Amino acid sequence: MNNRHLYILCAILFFAGLGFFLYKVVYLGFPLLPGQKTDVWEVEVKINFNTTGRPVKVLLYAPRTSSDFSIVNENFISKGYGISISTLDGNRQVAWSLRNARGQQTLYYRAMIEKMVTGEPPAVSKNVKVAPSEYEGAELEAATAILLEAKQKSADRITLVMQLIDIIDSPASNDNVNLLVGENPSQQRKIETIIRILSLDEIPARMVHGLHMTEQYGKSSPATWLEIHVDDKWTGIDPVTRQTGKLVNYLVLWKGTDRMINLTGGENLNVAINIKQSGMESIIAASTREKTVHPDFWRYSLLNLPLDTQRVYSILLTVPIGVFLLVLLRNIIGVKTFGTFMPILIAISFRETQLVAGLVLFTLLISIGLAIRFYLEKLKLLLVPRLASVLIIVILLMLFMSILGHNLGLESGLSVALFPMVIITMTIERMSIVWEERGAGEAINQGIGSLATAAIAFLVMSMDQVEHLVTIFPEVLFILLSITMLLGRYSGYRLLELHRFKALVNK
Amino acid sequence: MSILGLVNKLSNTGVMGINKRNCDYTLRYNPRKYYPLVDDKLRTKQLAIDAGIAVPELYGVIEIEHQIRELPEFLKKYSDFVLKPAQGTGGEGIEIIVGKIKNLYRKSSGNLVTEEQLQHHVSNILNGLFSLGGHEDKAIIEYRVKFDPVFDAISYQGVPDIRIIVFLGFPVMAMLRLPTHMSGGKANLHKGAIGVGIDIATGRTLNAVWKNDVITEHPDTRNPVTGFEIPKWDELLMIAAKCYGLTGLGYLGVDIVLDRVKGPLVLEMNARPGLNIQIANNMGLLHRLEFIQTNAMRLGSVFDRVSYSRKVLTRIN
Repeated sequence: MNNRHLYILCAILFFAGLGFFLYKVVYLGFPLLPGQKTDVWEVEVKINFNTTGRPVKVLLYAPRTSSDFSIVNENFISKGYGISISTLDGNRQVAWSLRNARGQQTLYYRAMIEKMVTGEPPAVSKNVKVAPSEYEGAELEAATAILLEAKQKSADRITLVMQLIDIIDSPASNDNVNLLVGENPSQQRKIETIIRILSLDEIPARMVHGLHMTEQYGKSSPATWLEIHVDDKWTGIDPVTRQTGKLVNYLVLWKGTDRMINLTGGENLNVAINIKQSGMESIIAASTREKTVHPDFWRYSLLNLPLDTQRVYSILLTVPIGVFLLVLLRNIIGVKTFGTFMPILIAISFRETQLVAGLVLFTLLISIGLAIRFYLEKLKLLLVPRLASVLIIVILLMLFMSILGHNLGLESGLSVALFPMVIITMTIERMSIVWEERGAGEAINQGIGSLATAAIAFLVMSMDQVEHLVTIFPEVLFILLSITMLLGRYSGYRLLELHRFKALVNK
Repeated sequence: MSILGLVNKLSNTGVMGINKRNCDYTLRYNPRKYYPLVDDKLRTKQLAIDAGIAVPELYGVIEIEHQIRELPEFLKKYSDFVLKPAQGTGGEGIEIIVGKIKNLYRKSSGNLVTEEQLQHHVSNILNGLFSLGGHEDKAIIEYRVKFDPVFDAISYQGVPDIRIIVFLGFPVMAMLRLPTHMSGGKANLHKGAIGVGIDIATGRTLNAVWKNDVITEHPDTRNPVTGFEIPKWDELLMIAAKCYGLTGLGYLGVDIVLDRVKGPLVLEMNARPGLNIQIANNMGLLHRLEFIQTNAMRLGSVFDRVSYSRKVLTRIN
């Protein structure tokens, strides 16, 4: 057959991928290696709602540059909306408005936030006014009683607030507290109550909302805490962690009792906040290129996708690497595995469980499942109901392992739920058939082959360099594709075959 | 020996690896559309019958679950038979029943199975447990081959069969597969059957391999397995060569058995024949295959191709 066609196709793919890759490295200055993780976050707020036919107005509290965080750049992504930004009472609010909006609407606020290490003391503010508590009658009496109780046990304003938090949080039923906060109060409601009680004593306090900026990335929701005025300065108090002073890891979004987003002219509001910590170099590269070279190029790149989609792709794009390894292991080395892509799916689930726990959990799950499968063999069930039974048993086993793990304090037991259960079911079924047809040795051999392949694929797929390479340079996949296609015509020996045919050379 | 040295020696010997077989032979000479002809044993049977090639007589086919209930009634007529999946691979799912005792069936291994067990086995076949890719399948009930007494001394609990690799209509290599106690009466090498190379020119057995070891006598019967002459060798080669025209598959494995009454019967054909035949013959396949490729004088008649193989091809190794 004519291999030239394949060679030409592979050469085109290879050089297209390589050329694009080199262009990005040399000309656009993308970093080849993942940089030092710096204190830069990408914050994205995704707002979804349905229009009702009336003019739409969306108000969103946005972060502002403070002594702790600075906004490197920000984007408002919306189709046809008018945008205005206003600053009021120390809050910054973005307003999107549109007269004729139809159907479902999606708006994005995206900002790049850098953490500042200034160590600046909080700004001095004097003559802060205290809003009246507006408590009356029984409420006023209850509030006063709580304030008195807290005052007796405290020495200054901060300890007073701590006592108030204790009283309001205490599980013991307290009629005064119940009267003020009601049943199952939200964090906001509790803080609001504390602020109103403090106002009885003329102590200025306010509610603050913000995002906890941690190293992890993913979905986030605003946290609420309070600030009180002590010695002409605002001091934060986190009622959950009991942290006081400057709450350095919190990005302030807005102050006051308002909601984060106010929507008029729409319904079914849905808000998703995503935070991702990112390497500084890639951001510099991306933003310089965005400004200078090709705005279109940037628009159609992975880095411009919504953050949650980017996160999915950062995992998805490592799959080809794993698949490529699988091709090498199966067609060049000759390792036997259950199912073609099963080891890769297992490798993906190892991301959550981590390697050792993943291997242990997987082996445990398969072994128990196999034992039960052998028992089912005696009952002579039809194939499909039998497979369905094994699947149900696998899910029950996963649940059992999670509960057991949790009670033993092994949190990795929880992540067993991320194993692809259908794949596990099929693995158990095939393993039991191989076991009966070809013996335990062959079954265990293939099982070990599958697990080893999964482990190797996981180790490679989870390398920072690999993830960086495929997310910043997805075009390397073209290179990978061309090599994979060439391997599709590899007709040489498999490494393990050499052992099998060894006898033939000793004539 | 270094790996590279080993690779070199193997390729000088003409040993074909699985990648080579898939890449340059099955993918190239076996058009996908002809696979169903050999993957479905019912179609193979019909094809062979139409061409006048003898096959084991078909007793019946079970296609739907409902028919399983009538199985014991149907089997009353037959004291012995073979039950197998129409699309099975690697000899899996085949039950050889040699006799009946009341309601129990005796397998070739001597073990007894109940009617229910047999019915469950058929149900597994129908559900695709043994078929390629788990497709729904049919169960075939057919004549149990009573092998030629010449094999009595070298076979144990089962039917020895002869696998002939046919390339573009030329028989290129052959082996005799002898069941052992270990293989449970099956003639599949990976289950523990013995593979014995056969000289294409003479039909005489050469070298024997059992579980990757070279042997000279049958491990169960202790009789020599080398130097044994296969009866009706010429007829067997002719049948194998004919199968190329039937299926259109350029690289084909044909499995034939010798029945004491009915003579050679084609059991099945394989579009992806295994590579163990090389070990059994202590010889690589590639030199012969390449010889045919370069000197591919497409000899018209089956007879011409067989005589060419016997005269010319055997000298190449």
